[in-house]
Amino acid sequence: MSTDIQMEKKKIHPYQFFLWGGLGSIVMMFAGLTSAYIVKKSQANWLEFELPNVFMVSTVVILLSSFTIQMAVKKQKEQNENQYRGFLAVTAILGLVFIILQIQGFRTLEGNSIALIGARSNSAASFLFVITGLHLLHVLGGVIALIWTSFRSFSSKNNINNDLPVKLVSNYWHFVDILWVYLFVFLHWVG
Amino acid sequence: MSHEAALHTHESHGHDDHGHHEHHDTFLSKYVFSMDHKMIAKQFLITGMVWAVLGGLMSVLFRLQLGYPDANFPWLETILGKWAKGGQITPEAYYALVTTHGTVLVFFVLTAGLSGTFANFLIPLQIGARDMASPFMNMLSYWFFFAASIVMLSSMFVETGPFSGGWTAYPPLSALGDASPGSKSGMDLWIIAMALFVVSSLLGGLNYIATILNMRTKGMSMTRLPLTIWALFFTAVLGVLSFPVLFSGFILLIFDRNFGTSFYLSDIFVNGVGALSNEGGSAILYQHLFWFLGHPEVYIILLPAMGMVSEIMSVNSRKPIFGYMAMLGSLFAIAVLAFLVWAHHMFVTGLNPFLGSVFVLLTLLIAVPSAIKVFNWLTTLWRGNIRFTPGMLFAIGFVSLFISGGLTGIWLGNAALDIHLHDTYFVIAHFHIVMGVASMFGMFAGVYHWFPKMYGRYLNNSLGYIHFWVTMAGAYMIFWPMHYEGLAGMPRRYYDYSIWESFKQFADLNRFISTVAMIVFATQILFLINFFYSIFKGRKVTDPNPWKANTLEWTTPINPGHGNWPGEIPEVHRWPYDYGKDGVDFIPQDVPVGDHESSH
Repeated sequence: MSTDIQMEKKKIHPYQFFLWGGLGSIVMMFAGLTSAYIVKKSQANWLEFELPNVFMVSTVVILLSSFTIQMAVKKQKEQNENQYRGFLAVTAILGLVFIILQIQGFRTLEGNSIALIGARSNSAASFLFVITGLHLLHVLGGVIALIWTSFRSFSSKNNINNDLPVKLVSNYWHFVDILWVYLFVFLHWVG
Repeated sequence: MSHEAALHTHESHGHDDHGHHEHHDTFLSKYVFSMDHKMIAKQFLITGMVWAVLGGLMSVLFRLQLGYPDANFPWLETILGKWAKGGQITPEAYYALVTTHGTVLVFFVLTAGLSGTFANFLIPLQIGARDMASPFMNMLSYWFFFAASIVMLSSMFVETGPFSGGWTAYPPLSALGDASPGSKSGMDLWIIAMALFVVSSLLGGLNYIATILNMRTKGMSMTRLPLTIWALFFTAVLGVLSFPVLFSGFILLIFDRNFGTSFYLSDIFVNGVGALSNEGGSAILYQHLFWFLGHPEVYIILLPAMGMVSEIMSVNSRKPIFGYMAMLGSLFAIAVLAFLVWAHHMFVTGLNPFLGSVFVLLTLLIAVPSAIKVFNWLTTLWRGNIRFTPGMLFAIGFVSLFISGGLTGIWLGNAALDIHLHDTYFVIAHFHIVMGVASMFGMFAGVYHWFPKMYGRYLNNSLGYIHFWVTMAGAYMIFWPMHYEGLAGMPRRYYDYSIWESFKQFADLNRFISTVAMIVFATQILFLINFFYSIFKGRKVTDPNPWKANTLEWTTPINPGHGNWPGEIPEVHRWPYDYGKDGVDFIPQDVPVGDHESSH
């Protein structure tokens, strides 16, 4: 059926709709979690603690990666294959660095004897772990998509003119970036 | 085009539609891992029917306990073993039955079975597309549902039994393994099944939205869409936006169950074990997250039925639907309000009364679009040239049930009254009539109406009439008396009401309800026989447009292949409700507008 879809495709590709709808549902999941956070915070027994400093570094890293993915989109338009692949790879690496930094942040908290899960853990820390952990999984998904896209660009049957994959992956990547900025600001100011 | 000619054309073009000529359908690719939306629809329908039978059977079993709390039925022990020791269903089994009945009917039958079937079947056919935006994701959607079904089914067979804390899975019963036998591995399997189900719903819903927005044929503007498509569109939007919130609630639940966190669990005392090591969890938090899905879920169940009823009523009244734009606007209003009323399920949880009054207002507002819809259905019937096909009867039955159940919704939506009525049989009566049975009627209407398109054969009409009248009368005989029981305070979910002196007066009434429930269940078996017999031996359809309808699915061959139209996809020139226009009985959507004709 793929040929039919190509033939019948309108201005916006159906996969673009999938992505937007999917992003909408991810937004709702995090909206649910952060609302639950606010509700829970207003109740008794809420532990106040500082966010680990390393989260600042990871914020800078993921913002930087948004810049590199945008460069990849630009190079794709300019049909500069080598630099296109290079920027995709750099973005993926920055994504991995972000993940490592986040895990480092969890360790810092554990080191400050703030239990994230387990007996006597406070839900303030558990919320932070679940929310940022889920975001981390979404970044991991994005890294896998980036790797897949850059491998795809090497294979001969997919010529560089097909800009759909990079469009989708860059949209998603900007989304997880903005999502993190929201979560960081939320956890910092509301938490 | 004659039947044979139509079939011939379809076969000669069938392979071209796939774009590769060497492709031959094997049994696996045609019936099992099919990517044809019509086959996926049938897979959803038949899986849903299996669940409807199982879920219905569960209700017969627990009605047996409610109708005959003192009796012993040795055959029950033969079938259920330790769950019915001495011929009487045990309390644990009773709660497991009630819980599984609710979960299965709400999610597996009336969400997957209803949306899965008709969104898959009707969206490409009615908007003029060869298939869904992503047939592969569509196939995945079914297989996630199938996996969810297997996991849920397997929970019936674990040592400690399936989850038994109610379909809403409130903590602590759901969060604490020691809370009840069903809270152990039964709950683990329940939550895995539901997680798989959410994935299935999202894959399906995203596909429906992308297909409707992006794959319409030439001329099919949004305001020329049949109301079925609009209803399925809003249903998909509701699902995509509300299931993730339930999912987030489940994630927190999984952490509480397995990783010792304190989102919902507090340092409560468990019988003989001492206090838990959790601190300060809030069980109410789960209720907020659950009902943020839970209420839209009501409309996820109801809207597809509303859409199909609108379509079937217009076709069989030989009249345009009354107030197309008002119908569309009220669908939209219901979809928006669906997200703003969840706390009316929580009036007695200690909710701030001021907040409660806001939710009362928003809840009662739903009466406005609902009333618009009822008015428009009745005015569509008014002076129509009505054909009482079984599908049409079920559609009219839907409206009747929607009115009856909707009126009691106004009672329950009022926080002051709800304090008395909550968790009684009044609630059971309300939601079964307005949502459960009504949507079931919508589903039956859809099956009777589109069966000729699905299988190229008719269902047996006489059996259809028996099915309708017994079910219609039975639905009211089962649920109407429950209003009185509920007003008198009889609580839901109790294993044995007869231990209260005040409810003993209802013994006869409960026996009556249980007896009718068994008769109605037996009648559904009649429908199943009709369904499966007619697939193979039913009267063959000879006219591609047997109901003389305007929508595009009837412009396909009688047995459409993968790709739906052997040649070009028809172009659309008008809205789908040109019935009785300028003295012409019906004008299909692909007929160009005449020179002196006004068009929609």
